Amino acid sequence: MSVNLENILLNNPLVLASGVMGTSPTLLHRIALAGAGAVTAKSCGPDQRNGHPNPVMVAWEHGLINAIGLTNPGVEEEIPLLKEARKKLTPHKIPLIASIFAGTVDAYGLVTKAIVAAEPDMIEVNISCPNVQDDFGLPFAADRHSAADVTRAVKQFAGKIPITVKLAPNVPDIGRIAQAVVEAGANAITAINTMPGMIIDVDASQPVLFNSSGGISGPALKPIALHCIAEIARAVDVPIIGTGGVITGRDAIEMMMAGATAVGIGSALWYRGPEAFKLILSEMIKYLEKNKYRSVREIIGKALIK
Amino acid sequence: MKGGFEIRRVQNTYRINQTTSWISLEGSINAQPGQFVMVWLPEIGEKPFSIASIEPFCILIVAVGPFSNELQRLSSGDPIWIKGPLGHGFEIDGEHMILVGGGYGSAPLLPLAKAARAKDLEVLVCLGAQNSASILLQDAFEKSGCRVMVATDDGSRGKKGLVTLIVEQALQETIFDTLYACGPVGMLKALAKICFQHHLDYQLSWEAHMRCGLGLCGSCEVSQSFDPSLPVGWLACYDGPVFKHRWHPKR
Repeated sequence: MSVNLENILLNNPLVLASGVMGTSPTLLHRIALAGAGAVTAKSCGPDQRNGHPNPVMVAWEHGLINAIGLTNPGVEEEIPLLKEARKKLTPHKIPLIASIFAGTVDAYGLVTKAIVAAEPDMIEVNISCPNVQDDFGLPFAADRHSAADVTRAVKQFAGKIPITVKLAPNVPDIGRIAQAVVEAGANAITAINTMPGMIIDVDASQPVLFNSSGGISGPALKPIALHCIAEIARAVDVPIIGTGGVITGRDAIEMMMAGATAVGIGSALWYRGPEAFKLILSEMIKYLEKNKYRSVREIIGKALIK
Repeated sequence: MKGGFEIRRVQNTYRINQTTSWISLEGSINAQPGQFVMVWLPEIGEKPFSIASIEPFCILIVAVGPFSNELQRLSSGDPIWIKGPLGHGFEIDGEHMILVGGGYGSAPLLPLAKAARAKDLEVLVCLGAQNSASILLQDAFEKSGCRVMVATDDGSRGKKGLVTLIVEQALQETIFDTLYACGPVGMLKALAKICFQHHLDYQLSWEAHMRCGLGLCGSCEVSQSFDPSLPVGWLACYDGPVFKHRWHPKR
């Protein structure tokens, strides 16, 4: 079941998506023990952030919605946490992906410069958080020029550490944005972040989230993610971490058939608990055996029209 | 478990002391003793609360900040919003039960005591708090047919000292199958140690800073430094709030 993500070997394609479980080394360790092929820490920025007040997350009929608001301890505090997480993950051969965000192109460079000290196996560049517009304005992922500028700033300080850029679904042509970030040096693409949305409680005549809007995840996101992954896979030739609404093994297979090399897992932990990793993996293996595939790598991009 | 909000109307409120109120809501809640709910008041916030009674559905409110102050201002007919029940609660294990409540930690123990008394089990309840006024729900436990012992820091009710004192004393006198507790972290840490020394099964309800309540954000991890028996990366909202430790596999 192993896959290769830009020279990083994953025992299996399932990657803990950023933001789920925070950056606690012991929580990331737990997820590694639960069967993840790699884990991504929660995004950290230049400074400490408390995030948004509650409510920050609810489940609805077809998924979840959240506006946590990039709660993080700031990059300086994050480094020892990531080092500790690495120490716990290395014996299990589970790669650690750090995730970073910032408000300006230069700040992305500075956060990168700091975070390399933690020696993560990969850096994910979050340019697409949908619920911090009041603080940071439109996400960099909304425009291919600014997405490329951020990618270059990160690449400049990342050294040998490969970078993956996390893209937003709510853009007119995600393939062009993928092209721009790959030309700017991205080694991989993570797609997609959550989709901006809103849930209203009619009894309260209010949006449920304190932040009003938030990011839609879970089953509702999957068809959007599949569309975006396919568009990116047609546009560029780098590995894709396909993320968005994967709850079952069949969902994960769909992501890979759309062109993903690895598959992000997030909301599934609400629906199935941390056991989701083992369950999804065994369902994938069942599918692959039944359909006589010798390796999971054979299904990557299988559903794309040539 | 339910992850979305549902409106409930306040039926009655009852002031227990200067800072504490008992709020009953319309209807019952399909929950296990020890599970919790997130309560949302639009424009004010959202916080976790123990379920203090299942039928009727009641919560205990202690005024500790703006949110609980606002809850205490509610009166009959006012709406609140509930997400839950969430998490994993207590399980009645064995026949001889000792329940330990610190301060408002007595709230989730009450439905457990009622469930045990419905099965005609003997229940000893040890309550501890700073002073007599902060001992909560003693009469409710007594009315359910539990034996109650009390300790206060200032000696204004029951024994003077920590609740662990009367727990140790009870463990010398009687053999219990399982200890159940909810209260401040310091009390739970001490009880875990006591249970370890006595080789006693225990179920402790841990409190932690909760954000999503759905097992995703990672805010409410309870550290193994509090109780080395806790699994790595244990989440109060999803795995707990009740952590169950059995010395032998379930009978």
